[in-house]
Amino acid sequence: MNEAAVMPAAGAPEGIDATRRKFLTLATGATAAVGVICAAVPFVESWNPSERARALGAPVEVDLSKMEVGQLITAMWRQQVIYIVRRPQNLVDALSRNDAELKDPHSDDSDQPDYAKNEMRSRTAEFLVTIGYCTHLGCLPKAFFDPGDPLLGADWPGGFRCPCHGSRYDMAGRVFDGSPAPANLVVPPYSYRTPTALVIGTDNGSAQGSA
Amino acid sequence: MADVSDHVSDHVSDHKYDQDRSVAVAQGGLWAWINKRFPAESFIRSQALEYYAPKNFNFWYFFGFIALVVLVIQLLTGIFLTMFYKPGAATAFQSVNFIMREVDFGWLIRYIHSTGASAFFVVIYLHIYRGMLYGSYKAPRELLWLFGMIIYLALMGEAFMGYVLPWGNMSYWAAQVIINIFGTVPLIGGGLVQWIRGDYGVSDATLNRFFALHVVAIPLILLLLVVLHLVALRHSGSNNPDGVEIKAHKDAAGKPLDGIPFHPYYTVKDLVGICAFLTVFALVVFEMPTFNGLFLEPANFTPADPVSTPADIVPAWYFTPYYAILRSFPNKGIGALALLLAVVAYFFLPWLDRSPVKSIRYRGWIFKLFLGIFTVSFLALMYLGRQSVTPSVVEISRVFLGGYFAFFVLMPFYSRIDPVKPVPDRVRFHAHE
Repeated sequence: MNEAAVMPAAGAPEGIDATRRKFLTLATGATAAVGVICAAVPFVESWNPSERARALGAPVEVDLSKMEVGQLITAMWRQQVIYIVRRPQNLVDALSRNDAELKDPHSDDSDQPDYAKNEMRSRTAEFLVTIGYCTHLGCLPKAFFDPGDPLLGADWPGGFRCPCHGSRYDMAGRVFDGSPAPANLVVPPYSYRTPTALVIGTDNGSAQGSA
Repeated sequence: MADVSDHVSDHVSDHKYDQDRSVAVAQGGLWAWINKRFPAESFIRSQALEYYAPKNFNFWYFFGFIALVVLVIQLLTGIFLTMFYKPGAATAFQSVNFIMREVDFGWLIRYIHSTGASAFFVVIYLHIYRGMLYGSYKAPRELLWLFGMIIYLALMGEAFMGYVLPWGNMSYWAAQVIINIFGTVPLIGGGLVQWIRGDYGVSDATLNRFFALHVVAIPLILLLLVVLHLVALRHSGSNNPDGVEIKAHKDAAGKPLDGIPFHPYYTVKDLVGICAFLTVFALVVFEMPTFNGLFLEPANFTPADPVSTPADIVPAWYFTPYYAILRSFPNKGIGALALLLAVVAYFFLPWLDRSPVKSIRYRGWIFKLFLGIFTVSFLALMYLGRQSVTPSVVEISRVFLGGYFAFFVLMPFYSRIDPVKPVPDRVRFHAHE
């Protein structure tokens, strides 16, 4: 025990152990602080997606049989817009020519399942499946699939352009250099129950709902 | 009541008259009964009758009081809108239409509220600019300034969440874009965004929590902050256009020589300002409530549509300078960081400014030059933030972004070498001579 514990502090009335008082004050304050933090947990947790939101986040199935070549359709999964594009073969073949102008040509810093971490960013060459939000701030990039589109210049290889801040993506959803978006379009987990029945939200298995 | 003639003949003694009257009343009756139990009299004395403000206030000093009036307008109209508005993704848009078309005078209450939001920012920006002109942030008013800046932050949150409530398409996409800015927070960004939204996308859950924050949480915080702001103001006293401390020269009774009682002098003066303000305000509410799409945007007259981004996403006009800064960078994280710094920079003004002089009246040309650059840059960014993003808009934005930050970053240097003029001992004001 040190000197201060025995000696009353200067100015303190006789018989008061200032150190003991200080310790008790600190201990009480610390206990209260821990209590406040613990009490905050349920309130903070209440902001997480609810059970219902999570249940509604189950996989959805999309019928691809009626899609035409060059068509973009959208589906909703987990409150998010999913883009499904049936790509013309010539645009898929031309993808590798974009590599030099892309931020992340091999999708090393982008978000996708392993089976979509390739040049086409998809399971099959024909269908591109991505979450439709620009990785910059979440607007919906618009389809500019025609190469040499007048708005984007003669060099434009076909792809997407975001109307909000001008990010550009190629036909595999890979972002071009000079875009504010940091990464390629996100690919959700998906699989095929049959060759024309796309299931979004699961790597393998069947859908519970339907789009 | 014997002092009435004195009061009429000589305004200097009317303060004495008030004192005498209240002393007379205090000797008995209801007022005495109250004051024995509640410090009503001493509060009125310390806050109005015997609170001395500098006598040389000019029109820039209207805006603090006007901001308070706008706050009351917003609280009042907000309470009534809450009676008819139905939060929820399925009901919100329809209930706003209901207010506009079927509630008696609902259109007026909503237009006052939506115009009030823009008016709030007009007034607050002028109020902040006043502080920058006259160095009101300098010692001993640093905390007063900080409380004010926190009010500004809270107001930005309040305005953003209010913007989302009508659940028009611009509401929806503004929520999507602004919440996604939090995704740039290192490590926890993705989880944070989902936590704020309460769902995998912007949804009903997001709208409902924004409603709770907009109508309950932030207004309570705002009121508390306004009280702190006013307590700090009353403690350190108002600055003035000359930037000299009136407390430095007091008469024998301890009253500042250059001070006049807040009531009746400035209460009456502020009423004139309020009249002028309300005239303009009413013109906007009745004649051009959408203000050509600036206060209420055309894209927000269509319901929220998660599968259709409006052609051009632009925030409300009062956020556009920061929005222009955000999109000046080809990198998302740096853009968000620049936006944060642009807002937070104001907080550091009291410590960035090394000038011995407060008021622009006695500053040298260097400070005036930088303040001019800042002013032009802020207004230019405000304009550019509303333009659709093209390479040239981004290039020009970067130039003005440089001007905006130069004002803050270089301030410790230029404010020190600025050739200032001598500051007078007392305020210079001779209106009645």
